[in-house]
Amino acid sequence: MRKHGKQIKIYDNKSKMVPSLEEAIRKSGLKSGMTISFHHHFREGDYTTNLVLKHIAALGIKDLTIIPSSLGKVHEPLIELIQTGVVKEIHTSGMRGKLAEFISEGHMEKPIIIRSHGGRARAIEAGEVKIDVAFLAVPRCDKMGNASGNGSNTTCGSLGYAMVDAEYADTVILMTDDLCEYPNMPASIKQQQVDFVVKLDEIGDPEGIASGATRYTKNPKELKIAEYASRVITALPEYKEGFSFQTGSGGASLAVTRYLREAMIKDDIKAGFALGGITEPMVDLLEEGYVKHLFDVQSFDLIAAASISKNANHHEISASEYANPSNLGCIASGLDFVILSALEIDKAFNVNVMTGSDGVIMGASGGHCDTAQAAKNTIIVAPLYRGRLATVIEQVTSIITPGNTVDVLVTERGIAINPQRKDLVEHLSKTNLPIVSIEALVEQAEQIVGKAAPISFEEQVVAIIEYRDGSVVDRIYKRG
Amino acid sequence: MSRLRRTMLYVPGSNPGMLADAVIYGADSIMFDLEDAISLREKDTARMLVYRALQTVDFGTTELVCRINGLDTPFGEKDIEAVVAGGIHVVRLPKTETADDIHQVEALIAKAEAKYGRVVGSTRMMAAIESALGIMNAYEIAHASERLIGIALGAEDYVTNLKTKRSPGGIELLYARSQLLNAARSAGIAALDTVYSDMDNMEGFADEVSLIKQLGFDGKSVINPRQIPVVHRLFKPTDQEIAHAKDVVKAIEEAEAKGLGVISLKGKMIDKPIVERALRIIDLSKASE
Amino acid sequence: MKLKKEASAGTMDSCDINIRLDNNLMSNTNEIHLKSVVEKQYGEHIKNLISQVIDKYELEGVVVNAVDRGALDCTIKARVESAIQRGLDQEHTLEWSVVHHE
Repeated sequence: MRKHGKQIKIYDNKSKMVPSLEEAIRKSGLKSGMTISFHHHFREGDYTTNLVLKHIAALGIKDLTIIPSSLGKVHEPLIELIQTGVVKEIHTSGMRGKLAEFISEGHMEKPIIIRSHGGRARAIEAGEVKIDVAFLAVPRCDKMGNASGNGSNTTCGSLGYAMVDAEYADTVILMTDDLCEYPNMPASIKQQQVDFVVKLDEIGDPEGIASGATRYTKNPKELKIAEYASRVITALPEYKEGFSFQTGSGGASLAVTRYLREAMIKDDIKAGFALGGITEPMVDLLEEGYVKHLFDVQSFDLIAAASISKNANHHEISASEYANPSNLGCIASGLDFVILSALEIDKAFNVNVMTGSDGVIMGASGGHCDTAQAAKNTIIVAPLYRGRLATVIEQVTSIITPGNTVDVLVTERGIAINPQRKDLVEHLSKTNLPIVSIEALVEQAEQIVGKAAPISFEEQVVAIIEYRDGSVVDRIYKRG
Repeated sequence: MSRLRRTMLYVPGSNPGMLADAVIYGADSIMFDLEDAISLREKDTARMLVYRALQTVDFGTTELVCRINGLDTPFGEKDIEAVVAGGIHVVRLPKTETADDIHQVEALIAKAEAKYGRVVGSTRMMAAIESALGIMNAYEIAHASERLIGIALGAEDYVTNLKTKRSPGGIELLYARSQLLNAARSAGIAALDTVYSDMDNMEGFADEVSLIKQLGFDGKSVINPRQIPVVHRLFKPTDQEIAHAKDVVKAIEEAEAKGLGVISLKGKMIDKPIVERALRIIDLSKASE
Repeated sequence: MKLKKEASAGTMDSCDINIRLDNNLMSNTNEIHLKSVVEKQYGEHIKNLISQVIDKYELEGVVVNAVDRGALDCTIKARVESAIQRGLDQEHTLEWSVVHHE
């Protein structure tokens, strides 16, 4: 098997600058039935996905497959585009809000396909999905298409997800609101990959882009969980000079970084690298010398975004470098620890980060199953229950990450170890951490919140969940 | 092992989420507040929530305390009835000034115990002292009832009463703390220190905990779960202290086995205070594990 | 028994439930209207629980409007009882043995 090849084109010495988005769409040769892509580095501040699709609809183009790296609440206008036949198929890491409800209610003819970040990069490289035109918003760009993530109007830091699209799409259109003098260096997306550049008034809302930022939690329950998780890490043999880790952006997961920092200072241990969506606490560790390298596929806050251009050891990486399972070693494969969150986790340690326990899509696959499989130790941090909904349950509503890749579950009321990890059982039983069986946690949760009535589903499949290797790990059905 | 009271976590009686989760932070005691944390309009609903939580939520072995409203309010008497019916371990009376305050509460508790089928005398009491008069009467208060397990200082009202305010070093509380501590010890009950309300100043908090520990207090009231590990860490005996305590206990056991009346360790006689201190250190070290 | 006045208890905060009680002017039957973030999983259960508490106080012709934000059973019971006591003008005078009696 070989990598999918991008169409070879030769530069005609003409300007790549196109006066309008409409013109760029025309020049790209986009036709009904084709596949187009977007990235989600602008999170809830993304203006261009909706804008591009509006122009495409106006041109009468229909039946498109769209493969954004992910979707958010801001993409609600997609509902109308689905209803009018402009969008026929969606491949994404996740979706939220009204659009997610609409899909969950079975209003789309074809089920959406949910891929992890690593799985998306793999599918694109393998040619399982061929991007005809990639529409990529970039905070700064020159006239030839050298683009980067820090601009005068918008800042998103790493362009790690967009890098894959730029490399594999047949046609690449960049949209920017900060057209700078040539050359824009260092560049994340390079001129030899780019067909057209469009200057727009605005490509995103800085506040929405910052919606990935998570403030340091003061929620005592999350802190308790984070403290336990950090104690799990420091009790394991991989916690030694040069270790590596990834923490997510959720409240408890993010707080683990702070507790881990305290432990690293006390034990005088420095990490070799940290990976992931990068946040301010990670940058602090880099600048203090407690982490030697940061690998950044997505910058969650402005501090992280600024650090990429400031700190030599803060490396921007593509989604393929981050987590693609089908290459000679993605960076995730070198992880000693990954801390991940969960909407639900079951007795078999299967994790759901995709659907609410009422069966509605409300999350994203992200790098969850990628890093869980790749890392030596996968630690899930989650409260035993949220409001009245148990997190630790008999069986998850949908599987994103299979239980055989999950090692430890940390809750505020006890820590459960996957029994297949006998080594972890041995190490952690020497500590005074509250180790319990996952069955005991399920029981405790049910005792507190009561037994939930089962959710009914219909036969129609609304989403197919792919594992990182492309196999189908689960299906989401239309809600009854 | 005797019960430790290093930390007493304040939980507003009006907050259902916090009531359900209070147990997870490992405080030695949980104190449901019906008094100052609750607005006048919600006194009835907080009382009901606390009652239902007492009846339903599994708090494990944690000691459960309820700060009731004073008997000079329209709420105090009903509070006592509700929490005794609910099965509270300790009723904490705020703003205690005289031994008579204790006697009045005690009578109402006894009545409620009889009415709701609890063993009369099983509900314990705590008194918070929050005024100059209360401090001057601390001895009488501490000795006022067999039910009393401890007395506590409420510093915010107290410093206002003194016409001063709290300072980082706490010099203004020195007399009150010493008086309260001596009153408690003379009655053989616990002495608990006041809250530290600047939740973000963990260093200042740790300094205050070190101070009250050195004075001899059993523990401190805490308003945020984040303060709990700090207190427990500072109250944790050193390895040296633990080793010595274990030697003392071993020496006692050996002496008892041999039927010796006088016990000595490394040539030094072990008397009662040394034994007591050793046992407390062993309790503290077990709890700190 | 009828309520003396309309009454409410509880907040719209997470983990809480807000209960509003009115007398049913049209009939003597009780009505329960529930909006809940966990409607699908616990809707029926919550309605039954509210109904049990109403029955315990032998109330008739009460309309309950409940907005639930994920409250546990003990909270639901407490809020309904508090609302009833307020509706009976007895929030600080009610004989506690009535509450205590299950």
